[in-house]
Amino acid sequence: MLSHCTDPSALQGLAWLSCYLTTGNHMLFYASFGTVLLLLAITAPVALLFGFGGAMASRSRIAGVRWFGRIYTSMVRGVPDIIFFLFVPIALDQGFEWLRSRVYCDPSVPVRQGNEFIVCAAAKLPLSTSPEWVHQAYGIFLAVIAFAVVFGAFAANVLHGAMNAVPRAQLETAEAYGMTPRQVNRRILVPQMWTYALPGLANLWMILIKATPLLFVLGVEDIVYWARELGGAKTRAYAYPHPDWRLYYFLAILVFYLLMTWGSERIFDRIRARLSRGQATAAGEAMRKAAT
Amino acid sequence: MKKLTLAAAAFALTAGMGMAQTVRIATEGAYPPYNLINDQGQVAGFEVDLGNELCKRAELQCTWVKNDWDSIIPNLVSSNYDAIMAAMSINEERKQVIAFTEDYLPPAPSSYVALDEGANLETGIVAVQTGTVQASHIADTQATMLEYPNIDQVFAAVRNGEADAAFGDHEVMRPFVEDSDDLIFVGEQVRLDEGIGIGVRQSDNELREKLNGAIAAMKQDGSLNALIKTHFGEDAQTYE
Repeated sequence: MLSHCTDPSALQGLAWLSCYLTTGNHMLFYASFGTVLLLLAITAPVALLFGFGGAMASRSRIAGVRWFGRIYTSMVRGVPDIIFFLFVPIALDQGFEWLRSRVYCDPSVPVRQGNEFIVCAAAKLPLSTSPEWVHQAYGIFLAVIAFAVVFGAFAANVLHGAMNAVPRAQLETAEAYGMTPRQVNRRILVPQMWTYALPGLANLWMILIKATPLLFVLGVEDIVYWARELGGAKTRAYAYPHPDWRLYYFLAILVFYLLMTWGSERIFDRIRARLSRGQATAAGEAMRKAAT
Repeated sequence: MKKLTLAAAAFALTAGMGMAQTVRIATEGAYPPYNLINDQGQVAGFEVDLGNELCKRAELQCTWVKNDWDSIIPNLVSSNYDAIMAAMSINEERKQVIAFTEDYLPPAPSSYVALDEGANLETGIVAVQTGTVQASHIADTQATMLEYPNIDQVFAAVRNGEADAAFGDHEVMRPFVEDSDDLIFVGEQVRLDEGIGIGVRQSDNELREKLNGAIAAMKQDGSLNALIKTHFGEDAQTYE
């Protein structure tokens, strides 16, 4: 809070604006950009891990594992994202609380009583005595799982395709050297598939960035929440009354997302160049010709 | 012996209090002057002041949770929090799902707001906030109803011509109308509800009783009326 902001109603023009933009809830708005970046930073690797697991599972020689992988990828890809974003957090939350209630509460009391879902105080997750940030972190944790499940399925499909795209001759060569299937996977298949997977993964990353406003649906206070909250018309009940300014706030968010995707494009271009080096693909061939 | 029982009972009571769970109270935070998010990013308004006072009197530990209006009842029922204080009018429809304490605000009038005097309130298009008593009222009239998730968007709909008029709680609409140079109150005021109360789960009798006790005490000593006047002005309706 700046020193001259003690009486907002007396301020004019830039002084008013400088005070307005540094209020406590604007600080929370700026911090929520961090929330979005944090979610991206956590979700992307977790989703990639889910995807890798899904792809490996659907290539497995054990029928049960293979079916599991295939059902996971095709089922999640076939259901609208928002259904999963609404379903997964509620299902996980109630599932966790139900499990805890079997341990910490009297198991003879049902958790569903009429239309209510009740567990005893000790089984609450998070405990109702825990501070607000724990509740927020728990909300973000559930959101990360929901995002990872959905984007993991898409990533699994991309990686599965990429694994199939690695030239058979390379794998055969490895086998001829006497490598076991596990060694072939680890030494040849996985390192070689990235160049084929990258376009698909880059695409997914863009979609993931653009999907983060769904956090708002999950009740996490992200940038869309704050833009709507701060931009809405404020009456004299507030210290800084103003008309409907949502347009400007949404414009700021639009610029943020454009910058994010523009920056990612440039980074992906670099990775693409790095991965194409020496590959038997059109891009690798072009690099070889350019070098000579 | 009697003394001993009394002492034991007193001890049991205080011990129970020592283990008191935090009561989580949900509010919308977008319905000034009832509840709002202030410039520090915290919930404030009439209900927050009242809730904190009630908790103090009932010797409860309370914290506030922000929740969107349209999911505020489902999240109470699934135990994400324990009480709702969000200008929620007591009515029959809601009583089927949750329980209410005594009212802490007397029945409030609802009003129409439009851009001009001649707005068609009977058969025109009327904007309301979804899931409110005002929405159920408009659904029963001949007018076409447009529903919005919060009160800001209701006014936006009137301003950009999507709706002929808006219908909502008089006290919430008053500052918007008085601040603006285009919106005016039109038509007759309507009385819809049985007052505003705290929503709790139907199974949560203990909490409801405690809050009822505190509300009754605040009505008795006039502190509730004083609080209503500080937030809604001297002309606000108070308890006898």
